[in-house]
Amino acid sequence: MERSSVFDMIGPVMIGPSSSHTAGVVRIGRVGVKLLGGVPDEAEIIFYNSFAQTYEGHGSDRAIVAGLMDFDTDDARIKDAFDHAKDKLTYKFRSVGNASTKHPNTVFLRLKKGDKKIELEGESRGGGVIRISNFNGFASGFTANLHTLVVTTDDAQGSIAFISDIISHDDCNIATMTVSRKGKNDVACQIIEMDSGINDITLQYIRHIKWVHDVIYIPVI
Amino acid sequence: MCFLFDSFEGWKTYSQTHNQQLHEVVLDYEKEQKGASESDIWSGLAKAYQVMKDAVHTGTTEEMKSRSGMIDNGAKKVANSDITVLSPEFKLLISSALGAKEVNSCMGRVVAAPTAGASGILPGVFTTLQSIHHLEDQTIYEALLIGAGVALILEQKASLAGAVGGCQAETGSAAAMASAGIVYCLGGSTDQIFNAAGITIQCMLGLVCDPVAGLVEVPCVVRNASAAAIANSSAQIALSHVSSVIPVDECAEAMGEVGQSMESRYKETAQGGLAATKTGQALAKKILIQDIEILPSQDAEED
Ligand code: SF4
Repeated sequence: MERSSVFDMIGPVMIGPSSSHTAGVVRIGRVGVKLLGGVPDEAEIIFYNSFAQTYEGHGSDRAIVAGLMDFDTDDARIKDAFDHAKDKLTYKFRSVGNASTKHPNTVFLRLKKGDKKIELEGESRGGGVIRISNFNGFASGFTANLHTLVVTTDDAQGSIAFISDIISHDDCNIATMTVSRKGKNDVACQIIEMDSGINDITLQYIRHIKWVHDVIYIPVI
Repeated sequence: MCFLFDSFEGWKTYSQTHNQQLHEVVLDYEKEQKGASESDIWSGLAKAYQVMKDAVHTGTTEEMKSRSGMIDNGAKKVANSDITVLSPEFKLLISSALGAKEVNSCMGRVVAAPTAGASGILPGVFTTLQSIHHLEDQTIYEALLIGAGVALILEQKASLAGAVGGCQAETGSAAAMASAGIVYCLGGSTDQIFNAAGITIQCMLGLVCDPVAGLVEVPCVVRNASAAAIANSSAQIALSHVSSVIPVDECAEAMGEVGQSMESRYKETAQGGLAATKTGQALAKKILIQDIEILPSQDAEED
């Protein structure tokens, strides 16, 4: 059993009534920023289930906007996130209840920056722990507690072994790897969680492989 | 091998056999279990205490109105009230505890100690104690370590979460941590420190978690003030050589037992107690978002 720290008892320093409604939500927003490659201009935000009714009262609306502005989880500006987002980010909220297949505290984001659009879905699991359950329609399950690489590729034979081989040559230990694809011979998405960061040159290399569509690197958030 | 904080009795025995003060045992635990350096621990405590002081200041000086409207500058109203029920110091204690917790309800920065729901208690107690007795910050850091030790044991013997053990687990644990800290700061013995924690648990035992509309505002904010007051009354009692009679370990176990047998409507579900009252329900209806698309029971995936 992992023992608690003195700073679990006297801590963490936090904003908002509960870490699942603030810290976790901020982190989901920040993952969105990393996946999009910058702060979005437009965001559609859907709060599900338990979040759907209480997001205002618990301040999760301000938390998600703060996350989308890339603020940290203990940033005092979270309180006034709406003011800070003015002229930068337009957003709208929606509430959906009774989504029985989803975690009680789920938030869905549809983000746009220029021509680039992404979608992701995150779960806030308590204590600031999150799980990104879906990215652009690909099932996933990463936590952003480790260094994460999101690689979209052709569904080509040997692509998984190839990428993991490159990463291991960079002395990166792969903690988890999930692969999901939209259909046979269609686009596949590899999500790789690593214990340490990856070198830029390795990223460049992967980016230049011809069957690789896109590579996103998310450091620990 | 450091002490693993499974009982108060063990904590006392360990400190005696190793010739250490109570807070030094906590320090060694953190060093060994978390690989933290001593200077990191002190600076972490200093940061936490600074955030606590700031929260008290913010809560008693700035606009503190929560989104729901249920929290409306209570701390400032107390601080500025013409009426002083007991003494200016008591008023300070109450307004400080309210203020720090109001900051939390209004999306400001606090230290969860041990949880966000109870985040006004330690700040209220220690800033007031420090101003009355002119204590050094270092003494407060040591008291925080002792509070952490208390919480580590309560976490094992009972719980620190309202959803698991009711409000006694949150505000009750914080009050026990604070009262142990007060006694330490005023030079009490180990037995007196533990008696204070035990007496505090006795006073907070059975408190249910029943937040109106599920928001950590009512009754949470006023309970931070009452818990701060109880921490002080227990410290006063214990420092005067009055025993808790039931040893603190057994008090903690009682808290665990009571928490376990509490029905789930009293555990942060907002279905019992104050949350279930007529006004509580009406407030929930007004505050919570009603404009929700309800999916058919066969869940349709987001397209
Ligand atoms: S009533 Fe519940 S939510 Fe409020 S402080 Fe107590 S335990 Fe926390």
